[in-house]
Amino acid sequence: MRPEILNSGYRPGTKLLFAVIRLFSGQPVPDAAKLVFYRPDFYGAQAKKFIHEAMRGPSAWSVGDRELMAAYVSKVNDSAFCIGAHTATASQAYQDGAKVQAVLTDLESAPAEEPLRATLRMLGKLTAEGEVSGDDMREVLSAGVSPQQIEDALAVCVAFNTTDRLADAFGFEVLSPEGFEAGAKYLLKRGYR
Amino acid sequence: MADEDKERAAYRALVDRVLNGDGRASAEQRARAFGNDGLAPPLDALIDKVANRPAQVTDADFAATKASGFSEDQLFELVICAAVGQSTRLYDAGLAALAEATVSGEAR
Repeated sequence: MRPEILNSGYRPGTKLLFAVIRLFSGQPVPDAAKLVFYRPDFYGAQAKKFIHEAMRGPSAWSVGDRELMAAYVSKVNDSAFCIGAHTATASQAYQDGAKVQAVLTDLESAPAEEPLRATLRMLGKLTAEGEVSGDDMREVLSAGVSPQQIEDALAVCVAFNTTDRLADAFGFEVLSPEGFEAGAKYLLKRGYR
Repeated sequence: MADEDKERAAYRALVDRVLNGDGRASAEQRARAFGNDGLAPPLDALIDKVANRPAQVTDADFAATKASGFSEDQLFELVICAAVGQSTRLYDAGLAALAEATVSGEAR
């Protein structure tokens, strides 16, 4: 990662924790996990609360749906680390990697439910263009998505627009497929807290 | 507080922390990075990339800003402020469009 403090600036107790995680998981600690341990009072502590609420808090969207939204937003942003991490997590959550790949390859032809497809389309436009209209939202509502579901989806979109930017700016190292699978297993078991 | 407000409350707390809490960069610098507005070179280029073209950030962007006098801890904070600022503009745009679409109240 860059700058160098994100590689070497951790407290001794945190370095020990990273070593224990490496020992038990057999994988390096993902840079996304390391980042929230760097001066957690500035960003990590509050960020984890928000991201956990968006991704695992009460919602009519399933965990798999929300992980797919995270992967889709990251695809629109072309953010390699987050695409890998949340493709793996959505695939494990749904137990259907083919569905996730189909959505990320071509949303319009993918075998997705219409409310989810309409929501992903809107999140993609907001992420790519920086704005959406009332008509865009009416289309999502007419697909059967509730206003609360739209709010929940916007929170996921915001969480990953932030994380994608930090991943690219700080240069998160892209993991091996085994590393992403191990991270996905952890995120489904423990969430983002 | 209803469950549906927890996301927005948690987000507001994050924004408040990075802008108004203690930091190595001044609150004014953090606010400018958040708004991607009013920063001097070379920091302005790094912050604009974080907000709009994050995949194009390079080691050279960090080297140039460090050479101009910013510490790594200040850059850590200012990059976070830039990312959170751009995301906040997206959040506000999305919520405003939703409010417009549901203004008559029938969708609620």
